[in-house]
Amino acid sequence: MIRLALLLACLALPLRAQEAVMQVGSGATWMLLRSTTDARIFRPVLEAFLAGHPELSVRYEQWGSNALYAQSSADCAAGRAGADAVFSSAVQQMVELVNRACAATRRSALTAALPPSLRWRDQLWGLTREPAVTIYNRDLVPPADVPRDRFALLDLMRQKPDAYRGRIATYDIEASGLGYLFAFTDSLQATTYGALLEAFARTGGVATCCSAELIRDVSAGRFLIAYNVLGSYVAAAAPRNVGVVLPEDYTLFLSRGYMIPAHAAHPEAAAALLDFLLSPEGQTALSRAGLIHAAAPAESGLQQSAMRPIALSPTLLVGIDRQRRAQFAAQWRDAFGPGEGLP
Amino acid sequence: MAEPQSLLTRVTGAVLSLLLVGGILVALVSWANGRAAARTAYDRLLLGAANDIAESISIQDGVPLTALPVSAFQLLAQAPDDRISYAVRGPGRELLTGQEDAPRPRLRSRGVEPVFFDADMQGEPARFVEVTRRFAERDFSGGVTVTVGQTMRARNAMAIDLSRSALLTVGAAGLALLLISVFVIRSAMRPLVAMAGDLSARDPHDLTPMEPAGVPAEVAVVLEAMNRFMARLDRQLEAMRSLISDTAHQLRTPVAAIRAQAELAVEEEDPERLRGATAKLLARTRSLGGLLDQMLSRALVIHRTEAVAREPVDLRDVALDVLDSADPELLSPGAEVALLIGEAPVTVLADAFSLQEAAKNLLANSLRHGKPPVRIGVEAADGEARLWVGDAGEGPPGDLMDRLGGRFERAAASGGQSAGLGLSIVKAVAGAFGGRVEMARGADGFRVALVLPLAEADA
Repeated sequence: MIRLALLLACLALPLRAQEAVMQVGSGATWMLLRSTTDARIFRPVLEAFLAGHPELSVRYEQWGSNALYAQSSADCAAGRAGADAVFSSAVQQMVELVNRACAATRRSALTAALPPSLRWRDQLWGLTREPAVTIYNRDLVPPADVPRDRFALLDLMRQKPDAYRGRIATYDIEASGLGYLFAFTDSLQATTYGALLEAFARTGGVATCCSAELIRDVSAGRFLIAYNVLGSYVAAAAPRNVGVVLPEDYTLFLSRGYMIPAHAAHPEAAAALLDFLLSPEGQTALSRAGLIHAAAPAESGLQQSAMRPIALSPTLLVGIDRQRRAQFAAQWRDAFGPGEGLP
Repeated sequence: MAEPQSLLTRVTGAVLSLLLVGGILVALVSWANGRAAARTAYDRLLLGAANDIAESISIQDGVPLTALPVSAFQLLAQAPDDRISYAVRGPGRELLTGQEDAPRPRLRSRGVEPVFFDADMQGEPARFVEVTRRFAERDFSGGVTVTVGQTMRARNAMAIDLSRSALLTVGAAGLALLLISVFVIRSAMRPLVAMAGDLSARDPHDLTPMEPAGVPAEVAVVLEAMNRFMARLDRQLEAMRSLISDTAHQLRTPVAAIRAQAELAVEEEDPERLRGATAKLLARTRSLGGLLDQMLSRALVIHRTEAVAREPVDLRDVALDVLDSADPELLSPGAEVALLIGEAPVTVLADAFSLQEAAKNLLANSLRHGKPPVRIGVEAADGEARLWVGDAGEGPPGDLMDRLGGRFERAAASGGQSAGLGLSIVKAVAGAFGGRVEMARGADGFRVALVLPLAEADA
């Protein structure tokens, strides 16, 4: 019997930055999993895991990526047993933690089977496969205007600036680690990034926080188009009037990073969860939760060459660099103006 | 006694210990080389990344600003599993960007030369480089240092890889060496095995030399020595056989004669005749004794010439000894023997005993068959030493002289007193020491000489 205790607590304490806490399982050993993934989305996965591990229970804390990074970093520096596992979409932050020797090494047949781009030092593993998509409101955006790629989006903003003024949104890169990762990776991928920034500046692009809000607002018609939204959240929220486009020039694919902190109190439990998530069973559960995008090109209509997975490599450290980040953010802020999301 | 160790075991042991020692040496050397190679290779990457970062620094509003290049980290990612540490610091060593805990070199570079150093990175050994870029702008002047470091996993992996391949090569070469040496030893030992087979298959009396064809030089030495040994054995066996056959042949007649005379004596009743028969019997017996002496002496001489080491012998001593020890029986009463020797030693390489026997026989012959006065002398001439015995007689008749010295050739004049072995002993001695026997008639009579080569030291 699995006792479920779902406790959703909206952010109340500013010092404890977790957004929601969920407790799953009835085992005697409690492991602490800190993640940026939406608790509701991840619950079935944890239930599937705990079905095979009745001795375990999971306390699941949902964090914002920047807060999670700050907390993990502080735990590591203090040598404190914080989380037993950290699972974040802001993989550049995870790479940075691993680079600072904050992670434990773990090797198994399943981790060894991962491609090199999805594992680093046997301390960080990419478990999911989620595209960064463009979403639009089906009711309000005429089919001819739906941007199939970034060039179409640019043309749209150039040709119909008035229709889309203030109605195109994306993540606030200062509030969201994931938004920053996508924007930064964009800047490395193609020159379209500069043009996009410029176009956003011209048409009054909006930077806002968090996937859920973006999807909700597009569905509600407050925004017509949102750029670089994490596709898995769209699939999970599934409002009928929201269309999804995987940009055809290239689509970034994110693999959330899983890490076991060096000072974890229950590293064995964390390793068991890792092996479960990598096993066919776990991968099925993640797919069902929408966290693994079907790879078949026929389904996504995407060329293999247009898929750009974000590799877990030390190259991501560049994005974390203080000055580089400041410059990047300043450039970005120039286009979007002062943020309207989180301070 | 310990079990004899096979050559194969010894060589295998030697090769293995060579491989062990060589392997350890190669391992150490290749490890050092591999480390040096890996260090050079990855130091270049490190330096490339540091220079890349230094290049990206620009001065904006009097502040050095680093546009951290991705290419630098792509360079560092060539060591895919190594952690990275970097820091960009201003002239006052204040951190501009990067990691506060990136270490600094103990010695700060004076110029623009990069400084490589080893330090810890969060408890793991790591390699660092620091480069300095100097600025002289209107609003900023001074050096900005870039420190880049990386842990050593890729370096160690490369070093291990390099030394492993070196060791594998050595191992393969060693294995080949071992196989080749086993093969070579086997093929080298094959003639010995064949020899052993040949020897054990032989008839016990077969002492003919073995065929040295197709045998390696080293083994041929053994084979030759063995052949020589067998030849010597053969000669000694031959000598023994001839001694036995001679003895049988020689003893049959005198023993038969003694028996006949003894039988006569037994049946004789007249005391006067009995005494005569007994005297004859005594003479026969004495003659038989002399014969036995000579035969033994000849056998001994032949044995000694084979078996005893040659040493310098002064022929004058031989002559003197012979005179001193001459059997008084041989010296007819009143007969004088003159000794003719010089002042200088006449040395030959030979066996003193054999020479004495030869001289004794020569003297005995002269005393027995020759006319007094008998002389014995030693002289050296033309690199040859002579020990001669002469008398005043004519010597044996010409046809006999040619045959003299063969076994059992005796002059009619010997009258059954000798077995004819005397001269054959002399000839055997002469032959054994590389000399000859000379017989000559001169103005002062007949002379027989044992001629031997003079020893080198005296020549």
